[in-house]
Amino acid sequence: MATTLTAGNRPLTRVSNDETRRRIWGAVAIIAAVLYPFIDTALGFDRLGSWLAIMVFVILAMGLNIVVGYAGLLDLGYAAFFIIGAYGNAFLTSPSSPFVRNGLVPEVLQSFWPAMAVSWIIAAIFGVLLGAPTLRLRGDYLAIVTLGFGEIVPSFFKNAEGLTGGPTGISRIAKPPAIPLPGGNDISFGTTDQRNWYWLILIVALFTIFVINRLYDSRLGRSWQALREDEIAAASMGINLVQTKLLAFALGASFSGFAGSIYAGYLTVVYPDQFEFSVSVIILCMVILGGLGNIYGVIVGGLLIQGFDRILAESLNTPLHWVGRQLDLTVLQNHSVTTDRFLIFGLALVLTMLLRPGGLFPDRRRKAEMAPETSDIATAEDEQFYDVRAEQEPSAGVRA
Amino acid sequence: MDFNWTLFTQYIIIGVATGSLIALIALGYTLVYGIIELINFAHGEVFMMGAFFAATIVGISSVTSDSSGGAIIGILFVALIGAMIFSALVNYGIDRIAYKRLRNAPRLAPLIAAIGMSFILQNIGIYWKGSNPFTPPSIIPLEYRSLNILTEWFGLETRIRVRIFDLLVVAITIPLLIGLLWFVYRTRIGTAMRATAQDREAAALMGIDINRTIGVAFLLGGSLAGAAGLIALYYNNSARFQMGFQYGLFAFTAAVLGGIGNLTGAMLGGLMIGLVWSFSDGFMKLYISGWGAQWTSSVIFGVLVLVMVFRPSGLLGEQTVDKV
Amino acid sequence: MLVAQGITKTFGGLIAVDNVDLVIPRGAIVGVIGPNGAGKTTFFNMLAGIYQPTAGRITFGGRTVFGGRRGLRPDQVTALGIARTFQNIRLFANMTALENVLVGMHCRLHSSPLGAVLRLPSVKREEAVARVRAESLLTFVGLAGKSAVTAKNLSYGDQRRLEIARALASEPQLLLLDEPTAGMNPQETSQLTGFIDSMRRELDLTILLIEHDMKVVMGISDHVAVLDHGVKIADGTPTEVQRNPAVIEAYLGQGAAEVSSRNAAPRDALAATDAGAHQHA
Repeated sequence: MATTLTAGNRPLTRVSNDETRRRIWGAVAIIAAVLYPFIDTALGFDRLGSWLAIMVFVILAMGLNIVVGYAGLLDLGYAAFFIIGAYGNAFLTSPSSPFVRNGLVPEVLQSFWPAMAVSWIIAAIFGVLLGAPTLRLRGDYLAIVTLGFGEIVPSFFKNAEGLTGGPTGISRIAKPPAIPLPGGNDISFGTTDQRNWYWLILIVALFTIFVINRLYDSRLGRSWQALREDEIAAASMGINLVQTKLLAFALGASFSGFAGSIYAGYLTVVYPDQFEFSVSVIILCMVILGGLGNIYGVIVGGLLIQGFDRILAESLNTPLHWVGRQLDLTVLQNHSVTTDRFLIFGLALVLTMLLRPGGLFPDRRRKAEMAPETSDIATAEDEQFYDVRAEQEPSAGVRA
Repeated sequence: MDFNWTLFTQYIIIGVATGSLIALIALGYTLVYGIIELINFAHGEVFMMGAFFAATIVGISSVTSDSSGGAIIGILFVALIGAMIFSALVNYGIDRIAYKRLRNAPRLAPLIAAIGMSFILQNIGIYWKGSNPFTPPSIIPLEYRSLNILTEWFGLETRIRVRIFDLLVVAITIPLLIGLLWFVYRTRIGTAMRATAQDREAAALMGIDINRTIGVAFLLGGSLAGAAGLIALYYNNSARFQMGFQYGLFAFTAAVLGGIGNLTGAMLGGLMIGLVWSFSDGFMKLYISGWGAQWTSSVIFGVLVLVMVFRPSGLLGEQTVDKV
Repeated sequence: MLVAQGITKTFGGLIAVDNVDLVIPRGAIVGVIGPNGAGKTTFFNMLAGIYQPTAGRITFGGRTVFGGRRGLRPDQVTALGIARTFQNIRLFANMTALENVLVGMHCRLHSSPLGAVLRLPSVKREEAVARVRAESLLTFVGLAGKSAVTAKNLSYGDQRRLEIARALASEPQLLLLDEPTAGMNPQETSQLTGFIDSMRRELDLTILLIEHDMKVVMGISDHVAVLDHGVKIADGTPTEVQRNPAVIEAYLGQGAAEVSSRNAAPRDALAATDAGAHQHA
């Protein structure tokens, strides 16, 4: 995110210091991530599978960040795109899929990579389809409609048994084909090749960061920020609000589809319960806690939330039980921290809103969350701007 | 094929009973939204807490299905009042803890906090009664449970069943609704609520204590949800920590359908959603093969999406043109 | 260049703008004045596409901005060549000055998201050129060296300048300025007035401005339109307007109109209005 601004002829040194520091941290993080599988084996953690899943969810969070963080549209049904991406892969590559069985899928699409590309596109299309009805709605209404979609889509996958395999889902999804190396050692992606999967997903995650950063720094990224800051001013500057919001939905959805597709390939099986409502909220949690609009904050938030959920929670049981024994409290001795997850996620959301609404690492361009509604003229202009919608606004008031 | 009138009427009855239940919860959403324009996402959990509390009260009492009729009615009454008070306090508490400090924040902040509170309460539900569904302590004597009022009390020859529970639901709901309307329209606090809902600043200028009024709205909405909790507990003869999510969203749909902020709208919407639920669950599969209860939530969420996109003011809400 | 005919806007029962006609010739500076609540900003907003008029027609350079049922959206109006500033500053507070101006250029830039991701040479070039142009715009309005400052941290006067720079970024032919000197002291005001005049000359702009400050409006406007309670009550050169009894009455009340028609110093009457207007603001 370096913009080499100069004041006169002097480079602004504060900017480049921050930038250098960030680059160093980034390099360290990437190196650590790449080397982790060796550390994992050496120290006997056996957590590759967890970290793999964590990375998938971080990709999801980065995608949601485009919609919620960059464009300011609170999407509560993000898991819908996750499931579309996952099933997209399943439909195209699994021999049990009704599409494959009925000969509807061309050979060339029946393998992992092409299927992933197609799923990406399909998810983006659904992003537009599900986003379009919400465009004229006010923030909280938009949230509820997306929540509705987030319920309807997985429900459809669960119930349309003939098409989707119902609650048991679809299995035997194709894995990426092995990459041949000179010397006979292929890089294969079977179930025992967790390391290879780990690195594959890491590369995908880094690719995602790269693409999103480029978008952030572009004309489109600026228009998203402007949209967040002040829709009317943004429109007055020539930004087509509908197009810009739809692009946010489409791109955000596409990353979710991307992640879903890969995850399906790794698990080789998809079923609807993997994508129910709490998944959408957990991803939202990652974005909110980490820092709305700040991709690196979101990554940290994602690591924290998913890290807790998949790794830390179990590990905390042993010390907790020990404390329980010391204090002679049976409730602590028998408690499993994994049952606390909703509490933790809920607290993360509430406390963030109350104490640090911008998240742990607020984005510098984000509107101050606690800023009260500004001048009445602006509000009145805003309300009149949505001419049609203003006429349909429910009136505040309690009446029978 | 012949139109199956028996089943049709049966599902109407179930729909009305369920609808009354939904209406009670919907009123809670609408009361809060009307006053502070917040979708109290955690309201469904307030309902669930009421059910749990009622179950606990009955559980710690020594009333069983063998106890006397008076004791049974007595404990049900105590559980009802207890659940109402408990839920009222929970709802009030949520506001004080999470929403109050976000009164002036942009609209999305309290909504996100509400989602968080919903999750927290669900987890408390898990601690309280475990993560599996449970049945409430049985206190209705066996012979009354499947008693069909129409055949036993009215001597009608019919396959349509009206159980005691169906009657009970409506019998509890109607006084509560009347009480609510009386409160909102005939008491000073109620008038204060309506004033605050219409124009917060003007109300404050008239000397109304806004914070207190908002608090009353939460208490009121919570108490109705608590009553609904007890009713649902015994009507379905089961409860689980996620019940708030499903009922809550269905009730919210009802509130929006009727016109959010509008009390009669919430009641009407509740009835309508109850009927949709009932018919989707049972009746539709007579005519559309493959239909069943699993599609119900999609149908109702579909209603929600359609209403919010095409007619956000709902059926009874006013279509206002904003003043300059 | 811009022709507005029969523009009317009602909100429910309130008639905010009532059958107003206005013609803005190319290269002119036109002022719109009137007491508070006269409908000036509402009228402005209709020209900018933010409100849809209830009735009337607006054409710009022959193209229809509003006619009949549907009009252009604000972003389309901007693309057409009409840019605006806001009465109460609506900068993108958490973006830097440079970024604000770059957003202003949005409709004149063409890079696509895909091109941005791929960093195509054409995109890189366009961005580089855009930044240079944005910097020069900032210099033009007097904000040289402040391009990296976050907009909300700028002083009030600088924010006003930035608003103008942002509006100029879209290469408009018509610039709508909504009370550009609000909140400024006399020195800043005269600086800005001179600046508006030089904008017209150097950038070949046509300018429409709403103002309360009589010295500004009368000083640089070619002609002036007066609105009161949504109705246009006068339209002419500054001198004509100042003498117009209806105008004086609108500002000072009926008695004053009679008084000043007896005295021969209409100019003083309006100068007194100025003081009154400042008291209200």
